[in-house]
Amino acid sequence: MVLFAALALLGAVFNSYLISLLTIVFLFAFIGQSWSLMLGLGGQLSIGHALFVGIGAYSVAVLDIKYGLSPWLGLLVGSAIAGAVGAALAWLSFRFEVRGIYFGLLTIAAAEFARVMFSGWEFVGGMQGLFFPAQSGESSLLMLRGGARFYYFVALGAVAIGVGVTALIRKSFLGYVWRAMRDDEDASRALGVRTFLHKVLVVSISGAWAAVGGGLLALVQGSIFPDSIMGMGISIDVLIGPIVGGLGTAFGPLIGALIIIPLDHLMSAFSDSIGIPGLNNVAYGIVLIAVVWFLPDGVWPALIGRFRSQKRLPSIRSQIVQTQEVRQ
Amino acid sequence: MTALLELSHVSKRFGGLLAVDDVSFSLKERSITALVGPNGAGKTTCFNMIAGAFRPTAGTIRFEGGMISGQRAEAICRLGIGRTFQIVRPMRDMTVLENAMVGAFSWTRKVPEARETALEMLETVGLASKAHASIGQLTLPDRKMLETAKALSTRPRLLLLDEVMAGLRPTEAASVVRVLRRLVERGLTILLVEHVMRIVMEAAENVVVLHHGAKIAEGMPEYIVKHPEVLAGYLGDGFRG
Repeated sequence: MVLFAALALLGAVFNSYLISLLTIVFLFAFIGQSWSLMLGLGGQLSIGHALFVGIGAYSVAVLDIKYGLSPWLGLLVGSAIAGAVGAALAWLSFRFEVRGIYFGLLTIAAAEFARVMFSGWEFVGGMQGLFFPAQSGESSLLMLRGGARFYYFVALGAVAIGVGVTALIRKSFLGYVWRAMRDDEDASRALGVRTFLHKVLVVSISGAWAAVGGGLLALVQGSIFPDSIMGMGISIDVLIGPIVGGLGTAFGPLIGALIIIPLDHLMSAFSDSIGIPGLNNVAYGIVLIAVVWFLPDGVWPALIGRFRSQKRLPSIRSQIVQTQEVRQ
Repeated sequence: MTALLELSHVSKRFGGLLAVDDVSFSLKERSITALVGPNGAGKTTCFNMIAGAFRPTAGTIRFEGGMISGQRAEAICRLGIGRTFQIVRPMRDMTVLENAMVGAFSWTRKVPEARETALEMLETVGLASKAHASIGQLTLPDRKMLETAKALSTRPRLLLLDEVMAGLRPTEAASVVRVLRRLVERGLTILLVEHVMRIVMEAAENVVVLHHGAKIAEGMPEYIVKHPEVLAGYLGDGFRG
Protein backbone atom coordinates (compact mmCIF):
# COMPACT_ATOMS: atom_id res chain seq x y z
CA MET A 1 0.00 0.00 0.00
CA VAL A 2 2.68 2.44 1.12
CA LEU A 3 4.85 1.36 -1.77
CA PHE A 4 2.12 2.07 -4.30
CA ALA A 5 1.24 5.44 -2.79
CA ALA A 6 4.90 6.39 -2.89
CA LEU A 7 5.30 5.20 -6.50
CA ALA A 8 2.17 7.15 -7.48
CA LEU A 9 3.46 10.34 -5.85
CA LEU A 10 6.89 9.89 -7.37
CA GLY A 11 5.24 9.49 -10.77
CA ALA A 12 4.43 13.18 -10.62
CA VAL A 13 8.03 14.25 -10.06
CA PHE A 14 10.20 11.70 -11.88
CA ASN A 15 12.02 12.79 -15.02
CA SER A 16 11.08 11.26 -18.33
CA TYR A 17 13.88 8.68 -18.26
CA LEU A 18 12.74 7.26 -14.94
CA ILE A 19 9.12 7.41 -16.04
CA SER A 20 9.69 5.35 -19.16
CA LEU A 21 12.04 2.95 -17.35
CA LEU A 22 9.57 2.33 -14.53
CA THR A 23 6.65 1.96 -16.94
CA ILE A 24 8.50 -0.95 -18.54
CA VAL A 25 9.35 -2.31 -15.07
CA PHE A 26 5.69 -2.24 -14.07
CA LEU A 27 4.50 -3.89 -17.28
CA PHE A 28 7.04 -6.68 -16.98
CA ALA A 29 6.15 -7.03 -13.31
CA PHE A 30 2.49 -7.34 -14.35
CA ILE A 31 3.24 -10.01 -16.97
CA GLY A 32 5.64 -11.62 -14.49
CA GLN A 33 2.77 -11.89 -12.01
CA SER A 34 0.81 -13.97 -14.50
CA TRP A 35 3.77 -16.26 -15.07
CA SER A 36 4.43 -16.51 -11.36
CA LEU A 37 0.80 -17.41 -10.69
CA MET A 38 1.06 -20.31 -13.11
CA LEU A 39 4.33 -21.75 -11.81
CA GLY A 40 4.49 -20.47 -8.24
CA LEU A 41 0.94 -21.42 -7.32
CA GLY A 42 -0.23 -23.80 -10.02
CA GLY A 43 3.05 -25.61 -10.53
CA GLN A 44 2.90 -25.37 -14.32
CA LEU A 45 6.02 -24.21 -16.14
CA SER A 46 5.74 -21.90 -19.12
CA ILE A 47 8.81 -20.95 -21.14
CA GLY A 48 6.65 -19.53 -23.91
CA HIS A 49 4.71 -16.73 -22.26
CA ALA A 50 5.52 -14.58 -25.29
CA LEU A 51 2.66 -16.46 -26.96
CA PHE A 52 0.11 -14.83 -24.66
CA VAL A 53 1.91 -11.48 -24.59
CA GLY A 54 1.90 -11.45 -28.38
CA ILE A 55 -1.76 -12.40 -28.67
CA GLY A 56 -2.67 -9.51 -26.37
CA ALA A 57 -0.43 -7.06 -28.20
CA TYR A 58 -1.76 -8.01 -31.63
CA SER A 59 -5.38 -7.92 -30.49
CA VAL A 60 -5.03 -4.37 -29.23
CA ALA A 61 -3.00 -3.25 -32.23
CA VAL A 62 -5.25 -4.79 -34.89
CA LEU A 63 -8.52 -3.58 -33.35
CA ASP A 64 -7.10 -0.09 -32.79
CA ILE A 65 -5.15 0.45 -36.00
CA LYS A 66 -7.38 -1.39 -38.47
CA TYR A 67 -10.79 -0.71 -36.96
CA GLY A 68 -10.31 2.30 -34.69
CA LEU A 69 -11.77 0.45 -31.70
CA SER A 70 -10.86 1.31 -28.12
CA PRO A 71 -7.83 -0.53 -26.74
CA TRP A 72 -10.04 -1.54 -23.81
CA LEU A 73 -11.93 -3.76 -26.24
CA GLY A 74 -8.60 -4.99 -27.61
CA LEU A 75 -7.47 -5.94 -24.11
CA LEU A 76 -10.72 -7.78 -23.51
CA VAL A 77 -10.62 -9.65 -26.84
CA GLY A 78 -6.91 -10.38 -26.46
CA SER A 79 -7.26 -11.85 -23.01
CA ALA A 80 -10.27 -13.91 -24.09
CA ILE A 81 -8.33 -15.34 -27.04
CA ALA A 82 -5.21 -15.95 -24.94
CA GLY A 83 -7.29 -17.59 -22.22
CA ALA A 84 -8.85 -19.90 -24.79
CA VAL A 85 -5.49 -20.68 -26.41
CA GLY A 86 -4.00 -21.38 -22.98
CA ALA A 87 -6.89 -23.67 -22.08
CA ALA A 88 -6.63 -25.52 -25.38
CA LEU A 89 -2.86 -25.95 -25.08
CA ALA A 90 -3.14 -27.17 -21.49
CA TRP A 91 -6.06 -29.45 -22.28
CA LEU A 92 -4.26 -31.15 -25.15
CA SER A 93 -1.01 -31.41 -23.24
CA PHE A 94 -2.39 -32.76 -19.96
CA ARG A 95 -4.86 -35.02 -21.75
CA PHE A 96 -1.84 -36.87 -23.13
CA GLU A 97 0.06 -36.71 -19.85
CA VAL A 98 2.63 -34.20 -21.09
CA ARG A 99 3.71 -32.79 -17.73
CA GLY A 100 6.33 -30.62 -16.07
CA ILE A 101 9.34 -29.68 -18.13
CA TYR A 102 7.81 -31.29 -21.23
CA PHE A 103 4.84 -28.98 -20.94
CA GLY A 104 7.34 -26.12 -20.71
CA LEU A 105 8.92 -27.24 -23.97
CA LEU A 106 5.49 -27.41 -25.55
CA THR A 107 4.85 -23.77 -24.60
CA ILE A 108 8.08 -22.76 -26.37
CA ALA A 109 6.96 -24.64 -29.46
CA ALA A 110 3.55 -22.96 -29.37
CA ALA A 111 5.08 -19.49 -28.95
CA GLU A 112 7.55 -20.05 -31.78
CA PHE A 113 4.80 -21.41 -34.00
CA ALA A 114 2.73 -18.29 -33.34
CA ARG A 115 5.73 -16.02 -34.00
CA VAL A 116 6.41 -17.63 -37.37
CA MET A 117 2.72 -17.53 -38.24
CA PHE A 118 2.43 -13.82 -37.43
CA SER A 119 5.67 -13.09 -39.32
CA GLY A 120 4.12 -14.44 -42.49
CA TRP A 121 0.64 -13.02 -41.99
CA GLU A 122 0.30 -9.92 -44.16
CA PHE A 123 -2.95 -8.77 -42.55
CA VAL A 124 -1.12 -8.10 -39.27
CA GLY A 125 1.85 -6.54 -40.99
CA GLY A 126 4.06 -9.60 -41.30
CA MET A 127 7.70 -8.96 -40.48
CA GLN A 128 7.16 -5.20 -40.80
CA GLY A 129 4.89 -5.24 -37.78
CA LEU A 130 2.23 -2.72 -36.87
CA PHE A 131 2.55 0.96 -35.93
CA PHE A 132 0.10 2.92 -33.84
CA PRO A 133 -0.74 6.30 -35.36
CA ALA A 134 1.00 9.29 -33.80
CA GLN A 135 -0.64 10.58 -30.64
CA SER A 136 -2.97 13.47 -31.18
CA GLY A 137 -4.60 15.67 -28.59
CA GLU A 138 -5.45 15.03 -24.97
CA SER A 139 -4.76 11.89 -23.03
CA SER A 140 -7.90 9.86 -22.59
CA LEU A 141 -8.56 6.98 -20.25
CA LEU A 142 -11.41 5.85 -22.49
CA MET A 143 -9.12 5.43 -25.49
CA LEU A 144 -6.08 4.56 -23.32
CA ARG A 145 -4.23 7.36 -25.04
CA GLY A 146 -1.73 9.68 -23.43
CA GLY A 147 1.85 10.64 -22.82
CA ALA A 148 4.56 8.75 -20.98
CA ARG A 149 3.32 9.89 -17.58
CA PHE A 150 -0.19 8.68 -18.42
CA TYR A 151 1.12 5.20 -19.20
CA TYR A 152 3.21 5.27 -16.03
CA PHE A 153 0.01 5.49 -14.02
CA VAL A 154 -1.80 2.92 -16.16
CA ALA A 155 1.08 0.45 -15.68
CA LEU A 156 1.30 1.19 -11.98
CA GLY A 157 -2.43 0.64 -11.64
CA ALA A 158 -2.13 -2.68 -13.46
CA VAL A 159 0.63 -3.90 -11.12
CA ALA A 160 -1.37 -2.81 -8.07
CA ILE A 161 -4.39 -4.75 -9.33
CA GLY A 162 -2.10 -7.68 -10.08
CA VAL A 163 -0.74 -7.70 -6.53
CA GLY A 164 -4.28 -7.53 -5.18
CA VAL A 165 -5.56 -10.34 -7.41
CA THR A 166 -2.58 -12.56 -6.54
CA ALA A 167 -3.17 -11.97 -2.84
CA LEU A 168 -6.90 -12.71 -3.24
CA ILE A 169 -6.25 -15.93 -5.16
CA ARG A 170 -3.69 -17.02 -2.57
CA LYS A 171 -6.24 -16.57 0.19
CA SER A 172 -9.10 -18.23 -1.67
CA PHE A 173 -9.67 -21.95 -2.00
CA LEU A 174 -7.91 -21.81 -5.36
CA GLY A 175 -4.69 -20.77 -3.64
CA TYR A 176 -4.77 -23.76 -1.30
CA VAL A 177 -5.80 -26.23 -3.95
CA TRP A 178 -3.20 -24.98 -6.44
CA ARG A 179 -0.38 -25.07 -3.92
CA ALA A 180 -1.35 -28.60 -2.94
CA MET A 181 -1.37 -29.60 -6.60
CA ARG A 182 2.03 -27.96 -7.12
CA ASP A 183 3.56 -29.74 -4.12
CA ASP A 184 2.28 -33.24 -4.90
CA GLU A 185 -0.12 -33.78 -7.75
CA ASP A 186 -1.07 -37.38 -6.96
CA ALA A 187 -1.46 -36.80 -3.23
CA SER A 188 -3.72 -33.82 -3.90
CA ARG A 189 -5.89 -35.96 -6.19
CA ALA A 190 -6.33 -38.40 -3.32
CA LEU A 191 -7.71 -35.42 -1.37
CA GLY A 192 -10.29 -34.79 -4.06
CA VAL A 193 -8.49 -32.06 -6.03
CA ARG A 194 -9.56 -32.23 -9.68
CA THR A 195 -6.05 -31.53 -10.89
CA PHE A 196 -6.77 -31.76 -14.61
CA LEU A 197 -9.41 -29.05 -14.36
CA HIS A 198 -7.26 -26.85 -12.14
CA LYS A 199 -4.18 -27.17 -14.34
CA VAL A 200 -6.18 -26.09 -17.39
CA LEU A 201 -7.71 -23.28 -15.34
CA VAL A 202 -4.42 -21.88 -14.08
CA VAL A 203 -2.82 -21.90 -17.54
CA SER A 204 -5.89 -20.21 -19.00
CA ILE A 205 -6.02 -17.49 -16.32
CA SER A 206 -2.30 -16.88 -16.60
CA GLY A 207 -2.56 -16.60 -20.39
CA ALA A 208 -5.47 -14.16 -20.25
CA TRP A 209 -3.58 -12.07 -17.68
CA ALA A 210 -0.35 -12.00 -19.69
CA ALA A 211 -2.32 -10.90 -22.76
CA VAL A 212 -3.54 -7.79 -20.93
CA GLY A 213 0.09 -7.00 -20.15
CA GLY A 214 1.01 -7.59 -23.78
CA GLY A 215 -1.71 -5.21 -24.96
CA LEU A 216 -0.47 -2.47 -22.64
CA LEU A 217 3.10 -3.09 -23.74
CA ALA A 218 2.06 -2.60 -27.38
CA LEU A 219 0.40 0.74 -26.51
CA VAL A 220 3.45 1.94 -24.59
CA GLN A 221 5.91 0.94 -27.29
CA GLY A 222 3.74 2.35 -30.10
CA SER A 223 4.74 -0.43 -32.46
CA ILE A 224 4.97 -4.21 -32.44
CA PHE A 225 7.00 -6.73 -34.41
CA PRO A 226 6.57 -10.50 -34.24
CA ASP A 227 10.26 -11.11 -33.48
CA SER A 228 10.28 -8.82 -30.46
CA ILE A 229 6.78 -9.18 -28.99
CA MET A 230 6.51 -12.96 -29.54
CA GLY A 231 10.20 -13.86 -29.43
CA MET A 232 12.00 -16.05 -26.93
CA GLY A 233 13.48 -12.86 -25.46
CA ILE A 234 10.11 -11.85 -24.06
CA SER A 235 9.50 -15.32 -22.60
CA ILE A 236 12.86 -15.15 -20.80
CA ASP A 237 12.46 -11.54 -19.60
CA VAL A 238 9.06 -12.43 -18.18
CA LEU A 239 10.32 -15.26 -16.01
CA ILE A 240 13.50 -13.72 -14.57
CA GLY A 241 11.71 -11.07 -12.49
CA PRO A 242 9.54 -13.52 -10.51
CA ILE A 243 12.44 -15.94 -9.99
CA VAL A 244 14.58 -13.14 -8.53
CA GLY A 245 11.73 -11.57 -6.57
CA GLY A 246 9.99 -14.67 -5.23
CA LEU A 247 7.79 -17.17 -7.06
CA GLY A 248 4.10 -17.30 -6.28
CA THR A 249 4.18 -14.39 -3.85
CA ALA A 250 2.09 -11.25 -4.28
CA PHE A 251 5.03 -8.81 -4.37
CA GLY A 252 7.82 -11.03 -5.71
CA PRO A 253 7.39 -10.29 -9.44
CA LEU A 254 7.32 -6.52 -8.81
CA ILE A 255 10.39 -6.58 -6.56
CA GLY A 256 12.21 -8.77 -9.07
CA ALA A 257 11.38 -6.48 -11.99
CA LEU A 258 12.42 -3.45 -9.92
CA ILE A 259 15.83 -5.05 -9.40
CA ILE A 260 16.52 -6.70 -12.73
CA ILE A 261 15.34 -4.21 -15.36
CA PRO A 262 17.04 -1.06 -13.99
CA LEU A 263 20.17 -3.15 -13.44
CA ASP A 264 20.02 -4.23 -17.05
CA HIS A 265 19.70 -0.60 -18.20
CA LEU A 266 22.48 0.63 -15.93
CA MET A 267 24.85 -2.10 -16.98
CA SER A 268 24.19 -1.66 -20.67
CA ALA A 269 24.84 2.09 -20.32
CA PHE A 270 27.99 1.25 -18.39
CA SER A 271 29.20 -1.33 -20.88
CA ASP A 272 28.58 1.10 -23.73
CA SER A 273 30.56 3.80 -21.95
CA ILE A 274 33.64 1.63 -21.45
CA GLY A 275 33.25 0.04 -24.85
CA ILE A 276 32.77 -3.57 -23.80
CA PRO A 277 29.42 -4.67 -25.17
CA GLY A 278 27.41 -7.43 -23.49
CA LEU A 279 28.45 -6.62 -19.94
CA ASN A 280 24.79 -6.22 -19.02
CA ASN A 281 24.15 -9.86 -19.86
CA VAL A 282 27.03 -10.91 -17.63
CA ALA A 283 25.60 -8.86 -14.75
CA TYR A 284 22.19 -10.38 -15.44
CA GLY A 285 23.66 -13.84 -15.18
CA ILE A 286 25.58 -13.07 -12.00
CA VAL A 287 22.48 -11.68 -10.26
CA LEU A 288 20.41 -14.67 -11.31
CA ILE A 289 23.01 -17.16 -10.06
CA ALA A 290 23.50 -15.21 -6.83
CA VAL A 291 19.78 -15.18 -6.10
CA VAL A 292 19.29 -18.85 -6.90
CA TRP A 293 22.35 -19.68 -4.77
CA PHE A 294 21.83 -17.46 -1.72
CA LEU A 295 18.08 -16.74 -1.75
CA PRO A 296 16.49 -19.76 -3.42
CA ASP A 297 13.00 -18.56 -2.48
CA GLY A 298 13.65 -15.12 -3.97
CA VAL A 299 14.32 -11.68 -2.55
CA TRP A 300 10.83 -10.92 -1.24
CA PRO A 301 10.35 -14.06 0.94
CA ALA A 302 13.87 -13.49 2.30
CA LEU A 303 12.96 -9.90 3.20
CA ILE A 304 9.72 -10.70 5.02
CA GLY A 305 11.38 -13.72 6.61
CA ARG A 306 13.62 -11.29 8.49
CA PHE A 307 10.65 -9.63 10.12
CA ARG A 308 9.10 -12.88 11.21
CA SER A 309 10.49 -15.06 13.95
CA GLN A 310 12.67 -18.01 13.08
CA LYS A 311 9.80 -20.39 13.65
CA ARG A 312 9.77 -21.48 10.05
CA LEU A 313 13.29 -22.79 10.13
CA PRO A 314 13.20 -26.55 10.54
CA SER A 315 14.63 -27.73 13.82
CA ILE A 316 17.58 -30.07 14.00
CA ARG A 317 15.24 -32.66 15.48
CA SER A 318 12.98 -32.61 12.45
CA GLN A 319 15.97 -32.90 10.17
CA ILE A 320 16.93 -36.04 12.03
CA VAL A 321 13.43 -37.37 11.53
CA GLN A 322 13.71 -36.65 7.83
CA THR A 323 16.94 -38.56 7.66
CA GLN A 324 15.32 -41.49 9.41
CA GLU A 325 12.51 -41.35 6.94
CA VAL A 326 14.92 -41.58 4.06
CA ARG A 327 16.53 -44.61 5.65
CA GLN A 328 13.22 -46.45 5.98
CA MET B 1 -26.01 -56.18 7.08
CA THR B 2 -25.20 -53.85 4.25
CA ALA B 3 -21.78 -53.85 2.68
CA LEU B 4 -20.31 -50.38 2.26
CA LEU B 5 -17.47 -51.59 0.09
CA GLU B 6 -17.35 -54.78 -1.89
CA LEU B 7 -14.41 -56.21 -3.80
CA SER B 8 -15.28 -59.14 -6.00
CA HIS B 9 -12.67 -61.25 -7.75
CA VAL B 10 -10.26 -58.32 -8.00
CA SER B 11 -6.87 -58.93 -9.61
CA LYS B 12 -4.00 -56.65 -10.50
CA ARG B 13 -1.16 -57.64 -12.78
CA PHE B 14 2.03 -55.61 -13.21
CA GLY B 15 3.71 -57.09 -16.26
CA GLY B 16 4.55 -60.64 -15.24
CA LEU B 17 3.73 -60.14 -11.58
CA LEU B 18 0.29 -60.94 -10.25
CA ALA B 19 0.26 -58.53 -7.31
CA VAL B 20 -3.33 -59.18 -6.32
CA ASP B 21 -4.91 -62.48 -7.26
CA ASP B 22 -8.70 -62.88 -7.31
CA VAL B 23 -9.39 -61.19 -3.98
CA SER B 24 -12.94 -60.76 -2.69
CA PHE B 25 -14.06 -59.26 0.58
CA SER B 26 -16.54 -56.72 1.80
CA LEU B 27 -16.71 -54.15 4.57
CA LYS B 28 -19.78 -53.72 6.64
CA GLU B 29 -20.75 -50.26 7.69
CA ARG B 30 -19.36 -48.83 10.94
CA SER B 31 -16.70 -51.44 11.36
CA ILE B 32 -12.92 -51.62 11.42
CA THR B 33 -11.40 -54.17 9.09
CA ALA B 34 -7.69 -54.92 8.98
CA LEU B 35 -5.81 -56.04 5.91
CA VAL B 36 -2.73 -57.97 7.00
CA GLY B 37 -0.02 -60.02 5.40
CA PRO B 38 3.73 -60.10 4.86
CA ASN B 39 5.54 -57.49 2.79
CA GLY B 40 4.63 -57.76 -0.86
CA ALA B 41 1.35 -59.53 -0.13
CA GLY B 42 -0.60 -56.95 -2.15
CA LYS B 43 -2.12 -54.89 0.67
CA THR B 44 -1.09 -51.48 -0.64
CA THR B 45 -1.98 -52.52 -4.19
CA CYS B 46 -5.48 -53.33 -2.91
CA PHE B 47 -5.64 -49.88 -1.32
CA ASN B 48 -4.50 -48.21 -4.49
CA MET B 49 -7.19 -49.97 -6.50
CA ILE B 50 -9.93 -49.01 -4.06
CA ALA B 51 -8.73 -45.40 -3.98
CA GLY B 52 -8.48 -45.18 -7.76
CA ALA B 53 -4.71 -44.87 -8.08
CA PHE B 54 -4.63 -48.16 -10.02
CA ARG B 55 -7.26 -49.73 -12.23
CA PRO B 56 -7.89 -53.43 -11.47
CA THR B 57 -6.86 -55.83 -14.21
CA ALA B 58 -9.96 -57.89 -13.44
CA GLY B 59 -12.87 -57.86 -11.02
CA THR B 60 -15.10 -55.11 -9.69
CA ILE B 61 -15.13 -52.77 -6.72
CA ARG B 62 -18.44 -51.38 -5.50
CA PHE B 63 -18.92 -48.56 -3.02
CA GLU B 64 -22.41 -48.01 -1.63
CA GLY B 65 -23.67 -50.20 -4.45
CA GLY B 66 -22.08 -48.20 -7.28
CA MET B 67 -19.14 -49.34 -9.41
CA ILE B 68 -16.00 -47.39 -8.60
CA SER B 69 -13.31 -49.56 -10.17
CA GLY B 70 -11.56 -47.62 -12.91
CA GLN B 71 -12.67 -44.19 -11.71
CA ARG B 72 -10.15 -41.43 -11.10
CA ALA B 73 -8.67 -40.90 -7.64
CA GLU B 74 -10.22 -37.45 -7.18
CA ALA B 75 -13.67 -38.75 -8.19
CA ILE B 76 -13.47 -41.62 -5.72
CA CYS B 77 -12.41 -39.23 -2.97
CA ARG B 78 -15.42 -37.07 -3.75
CA LEU B 79 -17.68 -40.12 -3.50
CA GLY B 80 -16.60 -40.51 0.12
CA ILE B 81 -13.43 -42.58 0.33
CA GLY B 82 -10.50 -40.94 2.12
CA ARG B 83 -7.03 -42.46 2.12
CA THR B 84 -3.59 -42.07 3.61
CA PHE B 85 -0.31 -42.98 1.96
CA GLN B 86 2.07 -45.47 3.53
CA ILE B 87 4.98 -43.21 2.64
CA VAL B 88 3.68 -39.92 4.02
CA ARG B 89 3.09 -37.25 1.41
CA PRO B 90 2.60 -33.88 3.09
CA MET B 91 2.61 -30.72 0.99
CA ARG B 92 5.95 -29.45 2.25
CA ASP B 93 5.48 -25.77 1.52
CA MET B 94 2.21 -25.60 3.43
CA THR B 95 1.64 -25.54 7.18
CA VAL B 96 0.03 -28.43 9.04
CA LEU B 97 -3.32 -26.62 9.08
CA GLU B 98 -3.12 -25.70 5.38
CA ASN B 99 -2.36 -29.32 4.56
CA ALA B 100 -5.45 -30.46 6.40
CA MET B 101 -7.57 -27.77 4.74
CA VAL B 102 -6.92 -29.11 1.23
CA GLY B 103 -9.11 -32.13 1.90
CA ALA B 104 -12.01 -29.93 2.97
CA PHE B 105 -11.96 -28.12 -0.36
CA SER B 106 -13.32 -31.29 -1.94
CA TRP B 107 -16.74 -30.33 -0.55
CA THR B 108 -16.60 -26.60 0.17
CA ARG B 109 -15.09 -23.49 -1.38
CA LYS B 110 -15.40 -21.43 1.78
CA VAL B 111 -12.01 -20.93 3.39
CA PRO B 112 -13.31 -20.35 6.97
CA GLU B 113 -15.40 -23.51 6.76
CA ALA B 114 -12.42 -25.50 5.52
CA ARG B 115 -10.24 -24.07 8.29
CA GLU B 116 -12.82 -24.99 10.93
CA THR B 117 -13.10 -28.56 9.67
CA ALA B 118 -9.33 -28.93 9.38
CA LEU B 119 -8.84 -27.71 12.94
CA GLU B 120 -11.49 -30.12 14.16
CA MET B 121 -9.76 -33.03 12.42
CA LEU B 122 -6.34 -32.00 13.74
CA GLU B 123 -7.93 -31.93 17.20
CA THR B 124 -9.30 -35.43 16.61
CA VAL B 125 -5.87 -36.87 15.81
CA GLY B 126 -4.15 -34.83 18.53
CA LEU B 127 -2.26 -32.38 16.32
CA ALA B 128 -4.20 -29.20 17.13
CA SER B 129 -1.31 -27.70 19.07
CA LYS B 130 0.92 -28.00 16.00
CA ALA B 131 -1.60 -26.55 13.53
CA HIS B 132 0.64 -23.64 12.57
CA ALA B 133 3.88 -25.58 12.49
CA SER B 134 5.64 -26.27 9.23
CA ILE B 135 5.90 -29.84 8.00
CA GLY B 136 9.61 -29.93 8.80
CA GLN B 137 8.81 -29.62 12.50
CA LEU B 138 6.70 -32.78 12.62
CA THR B 139 7.98 -36.15 13.77
CA LEU B 140 7.21 -39.18 11.63
CA PRO B 141 4.31 -40.37 13.84
CA ASP B 142 2.94 -36.80 13.69
CA ARG B 143 3.12 -36.87 9.92
CA LYS B 144 1.16 -40.10 9.85
CA MET B 145 -1.51 -38.49 12.00
CA LEU B 146 -1.51 -35.49 9.66
CA GLU B 147 -2.18 -37.86 6.78
CA THR B 148 -5.14 -39.17 8.75
CA ALA B 149 -6.42 -35.64 9.46
CA LYS B 150 -6.08 -34.72 5.77
CA ALA B 151 -8.10 -37.77 4.76
CA LEU B 152 -10.72 -37.05 7.45
CA SER B 153 -11.13 -33.47 6.21
CA THR B 154 -12.59 -34.81 2.98
CA ARG B 155 -15.52 -36.03 5.14
CA PRO B 156 -15.25 -39.65 4.02
CA ARG B 157 -17.65 -42.43 4.85
CA LEU B 158 -14.86 -44.93 4.30
CA LEU B 159 -11.35 -44.27 5.55
CA LEU B 160 -8.35 -46.22 4.22
CA LEU B 161 -5.39 -46.10 6.60
CA ASP B 162 -2.07 -47.45 5.37
CA GLU B 163 0.19 -48.26 8.34
CA VAL B 164 -0.54 -45.05 10.23
CA MET B 165 0.46 -46.67 13.52
CA ALA B 166 3.84 -47.94 12.39
CA GLY B 167 6.58 -46.58 14.60
CA LEU B 168 4.27 -45.57 17.44
CA ARG B 169 4.92 -46.60 21.03
CA PRO B 170 2.30 -49.04 22.38
CA THR B 171 0.60 -46.32 24.48
CA GLU B 172 0.46 -43.97 21.49
CA ALA B 173 -0.93 -46.71 19.28
CA ALA B 174 -3.57 -47.48 21.92
CA SER B 175 -4.71 -43.86 21.91
CA VAL B 176 -4.93 -43.88 18.11
CA VAL B 177 -7.06 -47.02 18.33
CA ARG B 178 -9.37 -45.15 20.74
CA VAL B 179 -9.63 -42.31 18.21
CA LEU B 180 -10.51 -44.78 15.46
CA ARG B 181 -13.19 -46.39 17.63
CA ARG B 182 -14.71 -42.97 18.30
CA LEU B 183 -14.78 -42.25 14.56
CA VAL B 184 -16.54 -45.55 13.94
CA GLU B 185 -19.14 -44.64 16.58
CA ARG B 186 -19.73 -41.44 14.63
CA GLY B 187 -20.55 -43.49 11.55
CA LEU B 188 -17.24 -44.00 9.78
CA THR B 189 -16.06 -47.28 8.31
CA ILE B 190 -12.34 -48.01 8.40
CA LEU B 191 -10.08 -50.32 6.44
CA LEU B 192 -6.53 -50.41 7.72
CA VAL B 193 -3.29 -52.02 6.73
CA GLU B 194 -1.23 -52.84 9.77
CA HIS B 195 1.79 -54.93 10.61
CA VAL B 196 1.65 -54.96 14.38
CA MET B 197 -0.58 -57.90 15.18
CA ARG B 198 -1.33 -56.66 18.71
CA ILE B 199 -2.86 -53.46 17.30
CA VAL B 200 -4.88 -55.47 14.80
CA MET B 201 -6.19 -57.72 17.59
CA GLU B 202 -7.17 -54.67 19.59
CA ALA B 203 -8.69 -52.55 16.83
CA ALA B 204 -10.26 -54.71 14.18
CA GLU B 205 -13.50 -56.65 14.18
CA ASN B 206 -12.66 -58.37 10.96
CA VAL B 207 -9.30 -59.39 9.52
CA VAL B 208 -8.45 -60.20 5.91
CA VAL B 209 -5.14 -61.99 5.39
CA LEU B 210 -3.32 -61.69 2.07
CA HIS B 211 -0.38 -63.84 1.04
CA HIS B 212 1.34 -63.64 -2.36
CA GLY B 213 -1.57 -61.52 -3.57
CA ALA B 214 -4.26 -64.03 -2.65
CA LYS B 215 -6.66 -64.04 0.27
CA ILE B 216 -5.82 -66.96 2.53
CA ALA B 217 -8.14 -66.25 5.44
CA GLU B 218 -10.80 -63.92 6.73
CA GLY B 219 -12.51 -63.66 10.07
CA MET B 220 -12.43 -62.33 13.59
CA PRO B 221 -8.96 -61.64 14.99
CA GLU B 222 -9.24 -64.50 17.51
CA TYR B 223 -9.98 -66.89 14.67
CA ILE B 224 -7.20 -65.54 12.46
CA VAL B 225 -4.42 -66.01 14.98
CA LYS B 226 -5.28 -69.70 15.24
CA HIS B 227 -5.70 -70.27 11.51
CA PRO B 228 -3.10 -72.86 10.42
CA GLU B 229 -2.38 -71.30 7.01
CA VAL B 230 -1.92 -67.85 8.51
CA LEU B 231 0.42 -69.21 11.12
CA ALA B 232 2.43 -71.04 8.49
CA GLY B 233 2.54 -68.26 5.95
CA TYR B 234 2.69 -65.09 8.00
CA LEU B 235 2.66 -65.09 11.77
CA GLY B 236 4.94 -68.03 12.28
CA ASP B 237 4.75 -70.75 14.91
CA GLY B 238 5.93 -68.41 17.64
CA PHE B 239 2.53 -66.75 17.73
CA ARG B 240 0.78 -69.93 18.80
CA GLY B 241 1.76 -68.98 22.34
